[in-house]
Amino acid sequence: MRKIIIKPKELLNKLDEYIIIDARKEDEYKEGHIINAISLPLARVLDAKDPNELAEVFRSVGVSNDDKVVVYDDIFGAIAARVAWTLEYIGNDNVSLLSVTFSKWKSMGYKVEKRIRKRKEAKKFIVRVNDAILATADYVNAISKTNNKILLDSRERLNYLDAHIPHAINISWRALGNEDSILKSPEELRRMLKNRKIDRDKEIITYCGSVGTLSGLAYYALKYAGYENIKLYAKSFKEWKALQLPIEEFKNATYWDLSAE
Amino acid sequence: MKQRFKEHIKQDKEEWGLPEEVESIEEMIRLYRAGKISDNEFRRFRLQYGAYGARLNQDFTMMRIKVPAGILFPDQLRRLASLSEAFSIGSVHVSTRQNIQMHWIYLDDVPEVERGLVEVGLTTRESCGNTIRNIVVSPFAGVCKKEPFDVTPYAKAFAKFFLRNTLNQNLPRKFKFNFACCEEHNLSKIADMGLVPITKEENGKIVRGFRVYLGGGLGPASFIAELLEEFTNEDQLLPTAIAVIRLFDRLGDRINMHRNRMRYLVHDMGFNKFKELVLKEREIVNATKSIYMKLDIKDIEKPTKGLISIKPFNASNEYKRWFNTNVVEQKQQGYYLVFISLQMGDISANQLRELARVVEEFSGENAIITTPQQGFVIRWVLGSDLPKLYKQLSSVGLAKPGALSITSAVACVGTTSCNLAITNSHRLGKEIQQRLLEKGLDKDKDLEGVTIHISGCPNSCGQHMIGTLGFYGGASRVNNTLTPTYNMLIGGRIGEDARLGRVITRVPAKRVIDVILKMISIYKSERNDKEKFTQWIDRILEGRGSNIKDVEELRKIIEEEAKIPDADIDADLYLDYGSDNKFTAKTARGECAA
Repeated sequence: MRKIIIKPKELLNKLDEYIIIDARKEDEYKEGHIINAISLPLARVLDAKDPNELAEVFRSVGVSNDDKVVVYDDIFGAIAARVAWTLEYIGNDNVSLLSVTFSKWKSMGYKVEKRIRKRKEAKKFIVRVNDAILATADYVNAISKTNNKILLDSRERLNYLDAHIPHAINISWRALGNEDSILKSPEELRRMLKNRKIDRDKEIITYCGSVGTLSGLAYYALKYAGYENIKLYAKSFKEWKALQLPIEEFKNATYWDLSAE
Repeated sequence: MKQRFKEHIKQDKEEWGLPEEVESIEEMIRLYRAGKISDNEFRRFRLQYGAYGARLNQDFTMMRIKVPAGILFPDQLRRLASLSEAFSIGSVHVSTRQNIQMHWIYLDDVPEVERGLVEVGLTTRESCGNTIRNIVVSPFAGVCKKEPFDVTPYAKAFAKFFLRNTLNQNLPRKFKFNFACCEEHNLSKIADMGLVPITKEENGKIVRGFRVYLGGGLGPASFIAELLEEFTNEDQLLPTAIAVIRLFDRLGDRINMHRNRMRYLVHDMGFNKFKELVLKEREIVNATKSIYMKLDIKDIEKPTKGLISIKPFNASNEYKRWFNTNVVEQKQQGYYLVFISLQMGDISANQLRELARVVEEFSGENAIITTPQQGFVIRWVLGSDLPKLYKQLSSVGLAKPGALSITSAVACVGTTSCNLAITNSHRLGKEIQQRLLEKGLDKDKDLEGVTIHISGCPNSCGQHMIGTLGFYGGASRVNNTLTPTYNMLIGGRIGEDARLGRVITRVPAKRVIDVILKMISIYKSERNDKEKFTQWIDRILEGRGSNIKDVEELRKIIEEEAKIPDADIDADLYLDYGSDNKFTAKTARGECAA
């Protein structure tokens, strides 16, 4: 079965089995990256307009449907998660996240290199769109209190209190990981989700502030905890606000003034 | 680096938390959510565990972490940082009773937060509810030049003895102990039981004891505590405390929510009668005490002298400014207390992490102390380290000057989180601090000893009654428009001659800063030669002012200064700080009393 999270040692033991994708900016990649990794910045993925264009992006860097892929980044796994989710969405189910960020990898003394790695273009990438993992604005707009769906806002608490999509509850992306790993253990995640009454038999839709990165991480946190019925509202609150759809605000307290930031 | 410090200065770390309590919290929330226990029953339970409802929002809660004597360790600071990011607002708040508060936590996340706290030795147990609250101790204890002995071991022993003790699980209302270190650093007269250390000579030997003050406290009705007896021997400290708590438990008002603090009991009965009962009860306690009823006092050995002296260096003006109001010599020569002034007690997760690192490098006791001024103090800092410490603190915004000056106002959380609040006292406090620092008032020696205290309602969490200038929030009609206002008090002070402030007049929120500045300018023109601000206030209160004779005459001038034009000329003056919306006074039931 596919692994959601790969730890550094596991990866190093199976270097030939995986294509490693560095989702950071190209400049950062050039300054040093994990051994064997190829560069595919999130921006390139976000630029693609439809599944066919997306498939072409992956094909051109040498990734096809059946390849086993590991993605990493240097911002808490959020960028990597969004790239991984995209790959999953267009029909590659063999994608995993590296358990640590690039900085952590380096600080652990694992191998990095500066050499620019290129793979041969893949022969083809057959697009098999997995609509079950994508939520659109219309879909989210149809959520009500009673239809057994949970809408999960992954932004930080103050942003959530300020304004959010109606019916959403909030688990900050910062509650998903810890200092050692971009995601806590499945047991810890399950315990937290259970306390919050987020049941495994419910459908869960994650969203965040702009392009589905933090919520992409939440998507994989849920998967890692053993949840199966999850969707990402990839265009998230940015689109929602642009469409002028209803929002819930909390104006009875001046909570921003309590922040030291 | 750390070898410079002798091991034995280090504070002992106590395990205040209990892992099994995490599970019982989890279970109680489950039962509550399943409708198996009532709202009231659950409320009592969660308050016992420091979970206090958030302002006008049932989903969220504040968690108050009990920090006995205010002592926190580096790993605890780091844990507070990560918990605040994961489950709260990414910063924590230091309270005037040396607690740490985390706000806007989902009620259902409370077990997860508690688990994280317990792992590093912290607890929220008995930080709210009808219990003995956090033991407050002067942050100078152990290093104060004027103290007869270090009260820290006594305070810690009290905290250990009373935490989870059946004596205090269901009192008529909360109960507060404050330990002073000397007559000056002394909040003893505004607590249910305040303790000031003293010594006397008996048969050629120095005997330790305390002056025990009873029945004080701040609130909608505030009282200054009264002295029980001239000298309470240290071995009578615990029996006295137990006697007082047993009396309060038996005789305190359990019906009338607004009059159930012990100070009302003392006041209604008269202090002499209460005193008699306490002394009688103490005899019973002494006659029936068991071996378990004992304080475990371990004096902390301390060096009397630092190893390195300060080398002269070219200090910047910023450094000097910081040094003058944030650094105090310890009684142990060569060591210093370094105060960190926050903005109304708020500190971000990143700053907490940096603080942890700084404590490890510079604090000889490898710990940090929360202060009743809603800040921190790093102690046992070698004089030669001060410039380096300053540099590191200032790089993360923690070297704000004025820690021990008028600029470090104190304010409760107000409408940022509290159900009872009418005004945004918290933001007002921040605005005052910023404005007074801009004006450089921390440097004004004439203003030494002046304090500003702000509460968002009459309940005095911002301790407005003890401020030289105090303000408490309300809502009043000004020019026919509902306006956030503050009642202004003058002349409050702490210490052995503690005094409650006297109400002067009501000031619109947006005029408070002007009024403070006006008070300073009046003082400057009215003062007698070399008279300090606080002395001038004393004269006014006694009706012996110069041109402005008394409170009445002062009131007229302040009222003139506080006037605002009609709302259609300047609508902003009718809004509260931090809000663009028309002001309304929304409140809900308070949570202090369970």
